[in-house]
Amino acid sequence: MNNMKVLLNGIIKENPTFVLLLGMCPTLGTTSSAINGLSMGLATTAVLIFSNLIISLIKNLIPDKVRIPSFIVVIASLVTILQMLIKAYAPEVDKSLGLFIPLIVVNCIILGRAEAFAAKNGVVSSICDGIGMGIGFTLALTLLGAVRELLGTGKVFNATLFPENYGALVFVLAPGAFIALGYLIAIFNKIKKA
Amino acid sequence: MAYILIFITAVFVNNIVLSQFLGICPFLGVSKKVDSALGMGAAVAFVLTLATIVTYLIQMYVLKAFGLEYLQTIAFILVIAALVQMVEIILKKSAPALYQALGVFLPLITTNCCILGVAILVANGTYATQGLEPNLLTGVVYAISTAIGFALALVVFAGIREQLAMMDVPKGLQGMSIALITAGLLAMAFMGFSGVDNGLKTLFGL
Amino acid sequence: MKKLNSTWYNMALVLTGIAVVAGAALGYVNSITAPTIEALKVQQEKEAEQQVLNGQEGTAIKITDPKGFGGALTVMVGLAQDGTILGYKVLESSETPGLGAKAQDWFQKGQKGDIIGKQAGNLTVSKDGGEVDAITASTITSRAFLRCINEAYKTLSESSDAQSGASPQAGKPNNNI
Repeated sequence: MNNMKVLLNGIIKENPTFVLLLGMCPTLGTTSSAINGLSMGLATTAVLIFSNLIISLIKNLIPDKVRIPSFIVVIASLVTILQMLIKAYAPEVDKSLGLFIPLIVVNCIILGRAEAFAAKNGVVSSICDGIGMGIGFTLALTLLGAVRELLGTGKVFNATLFPENYGALVFVLAPGAFIALGYLIAIFNKIKKA
Repeated sequence: MAYILIFITAVFVNNIVLSQFLGICPFLGVSKKVDSALGMGAAVAFVLTLATIVTYLIQMYVLKAFGLEYLQTIAFILVIAALVQMVEIILKKSAPALYQALGVFLPLITTNCCILGVAILVANGTYATQGLEPNLLTGVVYAISTAIGFALALVVFAGIREQLAMMDVPKGLQGMSIALITAGLLAMAFMGFSGVDNGLKTLFGL
Repeated sequence: MKKLNSTWYNMALVLTGIAVVAGAALGYVNSITAPTIEALKVQQEKEAEQQVLNGQEGTAIKITDPKGFGGALTVMVGLAQDGTILGYKVLESSETPGLGAKAQDWFQKGQKGDIIGKQAGNLTVSKDGGEVDAITASTITSRAFLRCINEAYKTLSESSDAQSGASPQAGKPNNNI
């Protein structure tokens, strides 16, 4: 398959958040602001690219029966490395994402792409798949974060669009996450059909 | 009394799904029928409690004892995966009826992030202990309460979705879209419990 | 290359191999990042101490309250000898991402919940009959925060005869593992 096509596939046609509905926990849990959504998206993208790369490299060395445990060890190691790097060099990100960083391990996108794509394809297209899916996930999280932050506090990325007092705080809180994502999916469906 | 408070806080006030955003995938995926929601809830409760005990002991007597805390994520996820496998095998052999009921949900549980999430929270002592010492007992009480909270949210949501399936929904909102909006309204209802824990705290004199 | 067969020998070999490589990689990265993380923590606390004292005479005290909205809340509080609040900084919070962070701004000078210059010891939110405005929709965090401030005052008055000056002390209930 054409690598560019693989890359674009993850962004629109098989967008992990809006179409495949994978990885919902971090999607809802870390998007109280655009910047939090963006950091979570980038962290997941980094793990996704490296796990796709490593798994496509070693796929022939792994006997079928121990496939899943091997993938989990690879992914968990990558997540732990990322967690240590974030703690050391980006402590602010560690503070705002907290528990959701180690939980990247159980994000179904990563194991899903390892199983559905990297275990069957070559190194280059697996990396493209990782980048595409990662960008799709990051865009979705940033968009959701921006919508919630705007409606809740009147700000996006520190740019104030209207005074905070007019914001509906519920969008920053838990219920707003569900509702905002529900409507975004509806809009995405509409756009995809048109 | 503090244990009751942990229970009420974890079930209603800080509900794991509706306010902490853990375990969303099964919450959205296995909530079309009340029956399967009950099965999933029971399976999660079982594995979550077991996993919390095992991972806590590993954290205290292996990882911490040897200064290997950085292996936490990898050790915990492997323990949980192995535990799920073991529970599956044991249930199949010794309690086939229970296996029939819970079997299909067990493989899904490994990637249920509320199991790993709660295990990490309990092992690190960063959960709402209501002023008690974070130890194995409080951890287990918290884990069981969390699991009950998960099951409650799942069953209530499944009940709503059963009714929703009979309704006329605008075309664009059909499917996951309306389900998420419904979940949002349910989360809003659960927000009504916030403050209950503080009221009880005063009542219990804590 | 052909895929390896699922024989016991192969499976054991591969799993052990992956575990060894993964363990080695993690150990290596940990040995690089651990000193940085530790240094960062020490530096942060030092900075926080200076920040909360704001160049004034007083004591910086670190307090952890285990009963925040989603877990423990750690605050560095700067108090003058008589218990007047000079400043504060939220060091650690396991609150809802983004929300707990609000406490860092909310109670500062000129903000809605301004507590700077007030007397520590008996501060409560207005909902409980006190004079401090709680963070919108985060009363629990606000209460935990004020408990930290009051606890800091208690620690200060218990040791006030021991020393004065800007010497930091660890708060007593530290539940962070």
